[in-house]
Amino acid sequence: MKAPNEEAPKEQAPPAVAGGAAPAPRGRTARERLNPPSWLAMTFLLPALLLLGFLVVYPIVYSVIRSFFDASGDGFVGVDNYTGVFKGHDNLVAVRNTAIWVVVAPTVVTIVGLVFAVLTERIRWGTVFKLVVFMPMAISFLASGVIFRLVYQQDPDKGVANAALVAIHDTFAQGTTYPGAGPRNGGNQPVRAEGGGVVTVNQVAAGQSALVPLLKVKPEYLPKDAKPAARAPASQPGRLTGTVWFDFTKGGGGQPNAPNAGESGLPGIKVEAVKDGKVVAKATTGADGTFTMKKVPDGSYTIRLPAGNFTAAYNGAEWLGGTLITPAIIGSYLWVWAGFAMVLIAAGLAAIPRDALEAARVDGATEWQVFRRVTIPLLAPVLVVVLVTLVINVLKVFDLVYIIGGGDPDASVLALQMWTESFGGGDDQGAGSAIAVLLFVLVLPAMLFNVRRIRQERS
Amino acid sequence: MRVSRRVLSAAVAAGLVVSGAAACGGDDDGGDGGSTPSGGGALKGTTIEVAAKWTGPEEANFRKVLQAFEKKTGAKVNYASTGENTDAYLGPRIEAKNPPDVALLPQPGLMQQYAKKGALKPLAPDVVTEVGNNFSPYWKELGSADGKPYGVMVKAAYKSILWYRPQVFSDAGVQPPKSWADLVKTAGTLQDAGTTPFTLAAGPQDSWTLTDWFENVYLSQAGPDNYDKLAKHEIKWTDPTVGKALETLAQIWGKGDFLNGGVATATKTKFDESVTQVFGQEKAAMVYGGDFAAANIATTKAKVGTDAQVFAFPAAGTTPPAILGGDVAVALKDGKGAQELMKFLASPEAGKVWAGLGGYLTPNKNVPSSAYSDPIAKQLIEQIQKSGDAARYDMSDLAPAAFGATPGKGEWEALRAFVQHPTDVKGTQAKLEAEAAKAYK
Repeated sequence: MKAPNEEAPKEQAPPAVAGGAAPAPRGRTARERLNPPSWLAMTFLLPALLLLGFLVVYPIVYSVIRSFFDASGDGFVGVDNYTGVFKGHDNLVAVRNTAIWVVVAPTVVTIVGLVFAVLTERIRWGTVFKLVVFMPMAISFLASGVIFRLVYQQDPDKGVANAALVAIHDTFAQGTTYPGAGPRNGGNQPVRAEGGGVVTVNQVAAGQSALVPLLKVKPEYLPKDAKPAARAPASQPGRLTGTVWFDFTKGGGGQPNAPNAGESGLPGIKVEAVKDGKVVAKATTGADGTFTMKKVPDGSYTIRLPAGNFTAAYNGAEWLGGTLITPAIIGSYLWVWAGFAMVLIAAGLAAIPRDALEAARVDGATEWQVFRRVTIPLLAPVLVVVLVTLVINVLKVFDLVYIIGGGDPDASVLALQMWTESFGGGDDQGAGSAIAVLLFVLVLPAMLFNVRRIRQERS
Repeated sequence: MRVSRRVLSAAVAAGLVVSGAAACGGDDDGGDGGSTPSGGGALKGTTIEVAAKWTGPEEANFRKVLQAFEKKTGAKVNYASTGENTDAYLGPRIEAKNPPDVALLPQPGLMQQYAKKGALKPLAPDVVTEVGNNFSPYWKELGSADGKPYGVMVKAAYKSILWYRPQVFSDAGVQPPKSWADLVKTAGTLQDAGTTPFTLAAGPQDSWTLTDWFENVYLSQAGPDNYDKLAKHEIKWTDPTVGKALETLAQIWGKGDFLNGGVATATKTKFDESVTQVFGQEKAAMVYGGDFAAANIATTKAKVGTDAQVFAFPAAGTTPPAILGGDVAVALKDGKGAQELMKFLASPEAGKVWAGLGGYLTPNKNVPSSAYSDPIAKQLIEQIQKSGDAARYDMSDLAPAAFGATPGKGEWEALRAFVQHPTDVKGTQAKLEAEAAKAYK
């Protein structure tokens, strides 16, 4: 219950200060003329001051005091809570992530907003486009978080991000045939795994047949046209035949390492006959799992099923794994806030004097030069305001991290850590208050900067 | 907190499922229980308020139990729903000195907290006798704080089972395993047959499933005494018994091929997803989940009892594990009514009424398995009774929340990291101990 109270005042305090301070220059002249009695001024100000004191000043002051006490609130611990923020793996990760957020998120959002704003100015349906880009702002952070949790799902059948990656990957790479399949475990088997592929333990001479039993074949990879495993066709001199099949009888039982009734052949497997590391002959299995190699010179060979038959299917990136999780969440933040940046920048863009741009063009500047040398400098004040506003916003990012990260410490940021320490199981409001005060201090420069800007604009 | 809340909300839904099947038979049983007005209106004119978090069918069933009490004693009982967060509802009412007469708390930790505040009334001697007659000493002790009896364990969630798809088991020609070694072997055979053996809900928000796995293995290997000591942090997590349990778990958690989608998917899977992956998408054969997983299975096409069955969590040691979670009833006000109701809730009579309605399990040993209306509950209660005095409450729910019930922290995160690095037994133990030392201050 305390957290929202604490956060809101931080945002509201400076505008209140700004509102009070801005009229000051004009106020001096006004006072000479009208000069309301000070008791009346105080009476009018009292409700606002009371509210402000109760909702803003008191929570801030209390948080500062609380941050010097331990979990129970009785023992004074000095600055231990503050040094504690930078101790321990989880806290350091949160500090690191907050730094990444503050540097990356506002910059990227501003750049994307700028690009959108400049481009939409030139197209006919710009307003529609702006509306669409702005729309995520209408969705609550929590809902956006839920949406992006789904987007980043690991399973490509469910997560859009991985579905896209897999689709792109599979356009360029060959799909694999039997990922995960392999020989039976345990000793004394006719085949063994080697270098990702499968090889026969015993050599097979030309004119003989080989049996290559495989297990762990997932039903979803078994082709529809697979037929029951058959005995290898009788071999002749100069030929090498064999069967590659799924050596598992439904319901268990069945003699191992022999193609029993009810066991399926594995079509489409590439088979090689290898002698001294050199491939002598190749074949591909048919629907019943049999293969025949023709024109095989005399001698004995190792039958090899190369690794390409078994490599695991590409399943996309681990979006919510340790390395990608913060960039992934920043991606969702971009989705929400790009529209905000775009609208503000577009407004600034509309205010730029057209003649400056025209003059540059008349002087022979390319569009890029106009953008780089004229538009950006003229837009700079707006860009800075957007950037600083986003920095303030990013410092308190919580919802997206909480929902998408689901509590994963690899995604944690200071604002989330503050909540976890105080209310989310940490049960140490002293440590939580210390983080809150720290965030407040970090936000102050950005606040002061914005306040000063507003004052400058008014004067 | 988080575990119990999920467990309970799931249990609420489970009641929905199970009671649907039990509705016809259940009413008769309820009638039997209620039609014995032995007390003869001893509490006529007394009004008792009882607060619990149940809503929907769970609430309806509980109301029927309360009706049986009303019939027996003549008292009038009002039911108040606390909503999801019991403490948020009860805390202010206790502060305002206006608590309900009786409340059902979702975890013993909350009872300890209230007892420390002096908000609870100790059980009357005849209630203590009733509890002693029906519950093994462990449950009696669980309802005590500082040596004084306060609580009665009324409703349990059973956490020592694995759910499986009988179809893939018969396709692979395997039977539900009886021992841990069997389980590992069965998993291997399933894998040979082309079925991924497990889904594991090791996402940061639901790593409580990992603590449950651990507790089952630990209880069966190290025995109930060590279990109690570890729950109180009287032995350290660096103890060799913990290391042995972790090594045992690594036989399954450590094999990426055993887990649907490998470690990458498992460490991002939520509990409900892990269940639907098995019974909805049919991507694996087995999943861990208490009896409350029935509610999640009900959201798929699979039918509990035919397409989804359970077997007892295989013992990794000599003790067949029986881990329970559940609700503790406490009295918050003096007065005969409150104590009478507590006595009734501790009695086999109330248990029998409730068991007949479905969606209910109790460690009360005098409620026979024949009183339960649905077959899975019958199977589970037989397991609980077989384990007898060795049954234990969920360890992570007994621990401070910072250690045992916080996503991304404490035991949850340490075990989740262990799934990612299953060879690092020593490091995991050190991490567990460091987190525990911080939380058990």
